[in-house]
Amino acid sequence: MNPLVRVVPNGTARHVLGRVGQAVLVLWAAYTVAFGVLYGLPGDPAALIAAGGDPANSSATPEQVAALRAQYGYDQPLLVQYLHHLGAAATGDLGVSPRTGPVAASLAQALPATAQIAALGLVLSVVVGGGLALLATYVRARWARQLLLSLPPLGVSVPTFWVGLLLLQGFSFGLGWFPAFGNDGFSSLVLPAVTLAVLGSALIAQVFARSLRAEASAAYADTARAKGASRARVHLRHTARNASLPTFTITGVLVGQFLAGTVVTETVFSRTGIGQLTATAVGTQDIPLALGVVVLGATVVVTVSLVVDLLYPVLDPRMRRTGRAPRRPSADLVAEAAR
Amino acid sequence: MSAATLDPRVDPVRRSTAPVLARLPAPGVVLAAAWLVLVVLAAAAPTLLSGTDPYAADTGALLQPPSAHHWFGTDQIGRDLYSRVVHGSSLSLRATLVAVAVGVCLGAAVGLVAGAAGGWVDAVLMRLVDVLLAIPSLLLSLAIITVLGFGTLNVAVAVGFGSVAACARVMRAEVLRVHGSTYVEASASLGVRRPTVLLRHVLPNAAGPVLVLAALDFGTAVLAVSSLSFLGYGAKPPTPEWGSLVASGRDFLGSGWWLTTLPGLVIVATVLAANRLARALEGRREGDLR
Repeated sequence: MNPLVRVVPNGTARHVLGRVGQAVLVLWAAYTVAFGVLYGLPGDPAALIAAGGDPANSSATPEQVAALRAQYGYDQPLLVQYLHHLGAAATGDLGVSPRTGPVAASLAQALPATAQIAALGLVLSVVVGGGLALLATYVRARWARQLLLSLPPLGVSVPTFWVGLLLLQGFSFGLGWFPAFGNDGFSSLVLPAVTLAVLGSALIAQVFARSLRAEASAAYADTARAKGASRARVHLRHTARNASLPTFTITGVLVGQFLAGTVVTETVFSRTGIGQLTATAVGTQDIPLALGVVVLGATVVVTVSLVVDLLYPVLDPRMRRTGRAPRRPSADLVAEAAR
Repeated sequence: MSAATLDPRVDPVRRSTAPVLARLPAPGVVLAAAWLVLVVLAAAAPTLLSGTDPYAADTGALLQPPSAHHWFGTDQIGRDLYSRVVHGSSLSLRATLVAVAVGVCLGAAVGLVAGAAGGWVDAVLMRLVDVLLAIPSLLLSLAIITVLGFGTLNVAVAVGFGSVAACARVMRAEVLRVHGSTYVEASASLGVRRPTVLLRHVLPNAAGPVLVLAALDFGTAVLAVSSLSFLGYGAKPPTPEWGSLVASGRDFLGSGWWLTTLPGLVIVATVLAANRLARALEGRREGDLR
């Protein structure tokens, strides 16, 4: 039987629909904010198109610029442009970039390469970050605990581009284990994914270690210990399961960070993908493409957060009865983890 | 004769020595503070730390590894890397400060208005903040740079906008906490006008956690600014900036490890030092509240 159906028989559909509606609303608002930034701030996109991205050496006449302005609709009032673009975006048409053509097609073409490194990076982050937090809260020796707990703050303090370059230096140029650039094969995925995972595992380890410490002093952990369960058993079977829930909540934020992080990673490793496309969009001041990337980023974050929210009752039995988890992490914790 | 000499309670020496000795800062904090002082010194008066011209090419010393003469080595046209890092700290540090100022001021303003106004204003502003949190902050910064164009100041403003949301949340929470306190109620009942209550009583008392957040934000801003500078959106090439120095060493990973590694280490040390100090500040504040 499908666990989702069994979980909350009454009101499940309403709950799911409500959350989906909320997600759509956030997405619409995110689109509006991105549109406001990209179209509302002062700038002359038509002149940029005419100049081929370099306004300093533009040889276009004012008439040509005016014709381009009319062609792309930049002469319309902002609200008209917004409604036009929003209507198109709702049907999956993210507009046309003057350089790379239809934005949705460019994004779809670039997405798989980025999804591969992001997925591998996420797996590595969960394994390394989770393992680190479990070990750091399990070891008894004070110095070992301090050493392990000092690693996550270090991980969030190193610039991603620097980590990538160090890895390149060591493993591509020094040892020659992995290719230094490109998109071919699994071996080209490893270093970019490890680069992303340095930040990801540090974030996971921080949140997980904090909730592991909080859960270890809970009454049920004492009960389990009093009943004679070994320290390792209490740690892995009891506290780790409950402590993993807040960590699960930051997945959406983490995936969003990865997507943004690929701008740096793909530049360092000269890979094609969403990050490379973003760098191109910014470099050539390609406004439709930049809007497409931001909307994609927001869509990924909102979708992952929605899925996490909907899966919560499946993972946390306490939520099935009450409809709310007793110890849901606050949005501030998530925001703090994202910093 | 002044009040200080008559009243022993305001004797500055007696009041300050005991607590300061009791809470002598940890060695890590001292080290972090010393590093940041050095960085600020490099930004304010670079010639004090390095007498070499950061733009002077020495064709006799191309791609030299670090030595007593060139502490950080030299680059492909013989410029002294140490001098370039020292001179680059000015732009990088200023961009970071602008970014933090933009984020904190805008965020605090949004949080103050939301927390004080309540009702639909609060609801709308906080939903907007939620939406900003749904857009990865680096992507938001990149979108702003797309429109504004390149340059260190634009990068700084873009990074600042990326951190508005977090700051607004903290400020709002603090304003709500302070708003319920008796002294706010008292001044309101005395007939003090609302804007005055907000600026004179609520803002100063809510500012503490926001300032801690600003200190924490400093490290994040150094990272974000140097990332964008690494991507080439900051100052134009000959001008040194921490991120762009690392970027220009990219082509010499095999032949000149120091060109990427050493400027990167300076960034890491600065971020770690800033975070360490911010944590100390946070702990101290919490200690004061307890």
